Amino acid sequence: MSEESNIDIYRRRFMGGTATAAAGLAIAPGVMLTEVARARPADQAVTSDVRWGMLIDTNKCNEGCNDCVTACNEEHNLEGFGRPATDAQWIRKVTLKDKQTGNVQTLPMLCQHCEHPPCVDVCPTGASFKREDGIVLVDKHICIGCRYCMMACPYKARSFIHEQLQDQRPYSPRGKGTVESCTFCVHRVDEDILPACVVACTEENHNAMTFGDMNDPDSKISQQLKQHSSRQVRADLELNTGVRYRGI
Amino acid sequence: MIKYSLITLLFSLLLGVYTPGMAADVPSDEDTSGPFIPKAQRRFSEEQGCVEPTAEMRANHMEYILDQRDATVHEGIRTRQYSLQECINCHVSDAEDAPRVDSEKHFCNSCHTYTAVSIDCFQCHADRPVKSSFDSLSNSSKHRINSAALPPTTLDSEQLKVLSNEDFGNE
Repeated sequence: MSEESNIDIYRRRFMGGTATAAAGLAIAPGVMLTEVARARPADQAVTSDVRWGMLIDTNKCNEGCNDCVTACNEEHNLEGFGRPATDAQWIRKVTLKDKQTGNVQTLPMLCQHCEHPPCVDVCPTGASFKREDGIVLVDKHICIGCRYCMMACPYKARSFIHEQLQDQRPYSPRGKGTVESCTFCVHRVDEDILPACVVACTEENHNAMTFGDMNDPDSKISQQLKQHSSRQVRADLELNTGVRYRGI
Repeated sequence: MIKYSLITLLFSLLLGVYTPGMAADVPSDEDTSGPFIPKAQRRFSEEQGCVEPTAEMRANHMEYILDQRDATVHEGIRTRQYSLQECINCHVSDAEDAPRVDSEKHFCNSCHTYTAVSIDCFQCHADRPVKSSFDSLSNSSKHRINSAALPPTTLDSEQLKVLSNEDFGNE
């Protein structure tokens, strides 16, 4: 019941906002540019009206380019300890080689933010969960570090933190003894900002990554998904991933 | 005999007997009975210093933070009033040499050492305000997901003031 009325309030505000904004435009067009546009007010819970997704065009993803990985490491302060086997890694570049033709492709692999996430299925404490808007997260307050989710994930997307950490980013708390993975930069998404990897890829003019609401037929990602054929990695598992690839 | 020593003990406690070494740790404040609590950087409102009355915060701050924690992690509610990040932004200095959480001069640790309650918040969370590129992003219109710019949900009085000042005041 309360959920329904919350949605009603949100809708009402949104419609009201549209009317006022139209008035604002009529008064002073310049001001709207500096206005911080928010898709969702900070005090409203996320809803399943939105499903965040990412489309990666592997044709535009250059071999040897690591910009998305660097941006992610910088954004979340994923420093290494010189132990590549266990160092935290939220996004990594994967190279695919067709043995028959010798064709080489690279693509970024990250948490696929599945609709039916196996990591959530196996979590014994409920720490691994999917947000209403489709972002799969670990509630590190509840995580006991058993690493079942790491075993269950078909994409090897999760990392366990073995070391004591310092100087974490305020918006990205991380600590020893918990499992973590790509959060789709949830702190940014909640403020209507694109994830760090997407920004990096776009700023370097590679434009291989598109992020947006897959439930909104007018969003850029939905348009592109409609126009071009795309694939889910391991679509046979029927996880309905939130990350889709073009050109593989 | 036992009675006598107990009385002296009580008496010395009442007088507040402490060694010079201890006194050095405590800044010369008139009240040396409690822990040294660093001053906050700013006030929440004109009426009150913190987000709730001080007595309430002292007793129940963990409840507020806990509620907010679940709302933020699971529902994406990012209001600032009870957010741990804002506690730190206000209660810990952003200076280079600001005390870390393992110091007794850190706002949280000052009381928690005094009451012998250990906290593990800062094994994961930042224990001091940290400036990052994200701060500037959230105030700019760059890299928005909805680049078509959804209209702001409210146009409050402050924004209206800006509107009128900028566009009509100077003409």
